[in-house]
Amino acid sequence: MSDSRKHSKIAELHQHLHAHLPPDPALRVKALEDLAVEKGLVARETLDTWVEMYAEKVGPKRGAEVIARAWTDPEYFTRLREDAGQAIKDFGYEGHATEHLIAVENTDEVHNLVVCTLCSCYPFALLGMSPAWYRSTAYRARAVREPRAVLSEFGVTIPADVKIRVWDSTAELRYLVIPQRPKGTESWSAEQLASLITRDSMIGTQRELVLEGGE
Amino acid sequence: MTPFDDPDLGLCGNAAEPPNGRFGQQWHAQVLAMANGLIEAGKISADDWAQSLGAALQSGVEAGNPDTEESYYLAALVALETVTIRNSTITSQQVDARKTAWEQAYLSTPHGEPVQLKVMKD
Repeated sequence: MSDSRKHSKIAELHQHLHAHLPPDPALRVKALEDLAVEKGLVARETLDTWVEMYAEKVGPKRGAEVIARAWTDPEYFTRLREDAGQAIKDFGYEGHATEHLIAVENTDEVHNLVVCTLCSCYPFALLGMSPAWYRSTAYRARAVREPRAVLSEFGVTIPADVKIRVWDSTAELRYLVIPQRPKGTESWSAEQLASLITRDSMIGTQRELVLEGGE
Repeated sequence: MTPFDDPDLGLCGNAAEPPNGRFGQQWHAQVLAMANGLIEAGKISADDWAQSLGAALQSGVEAGNPDTEESYYLAALVALETVTIRNSTITSQQVDARKTAWEQAYLSTPHGEPVQLKVMKD
């Protein structure tokens, strides 16, 4: 066996024997996390809990519960519109960025759309992890400039006489869209209604909710 | 024409989106967990994080990086390194040294055995 073949065989064997080397960014995060924990900046348990919650458990169902309650409880609806950050405390769903949460209502005349043009601010505590498109440059750049065109790419056509309001989120200010309650759901329970409410409808990239389930 | 002007770039059909809005890779989740943890612990401000992430994303666009999840999380990692180093006694040299130590640990650990750091000093 030639030297070069021997070396390549050894390299191959080495690759196979050692533990799988994570990609470079994964090691950079690992290093940063280690140091931050060691220096007492953040607790390891806090990080693990967050990952576990947002990777697996929290989806948009919290937001859906809040909206369903607002649809079925006029007093709660008023409180949600006046001070959403306070109203979601009824459920214990507040997070560090929900103190100044604003709930905006879709009506026959107005459609609301949420974006973060700077980065990717999002009401995680209510909607879970943001969708990839919400974080994309394309959505962040175009949602304000041409909301109708963006919505049409989601298959949503907003009639010309319906005004579109685009809300630009910030580090301190997050938005939750209250979609319109579908007709024919008057006798539905809050739980049944919550099952209709999608993540996209609470961001504003969906307008009509589809009647499935319920009665 | 910039990438976000491309009419063929379907917003809702983004193929890079992990199912159910979950994280594509573990380190993606770790970056956001760290940012959230540092904000909640009062070590960095939410505004500082947003500004740094916005700047890192913009740099990525200017560098011609594709509009993908990987680009987003790489920018988030740069922002996290920037705000952490700016707001603590952690230095970039310490981060580099620790990263190298982990790399060595992975390369010297036989497959199937737990990977552990031999030296924990910086």
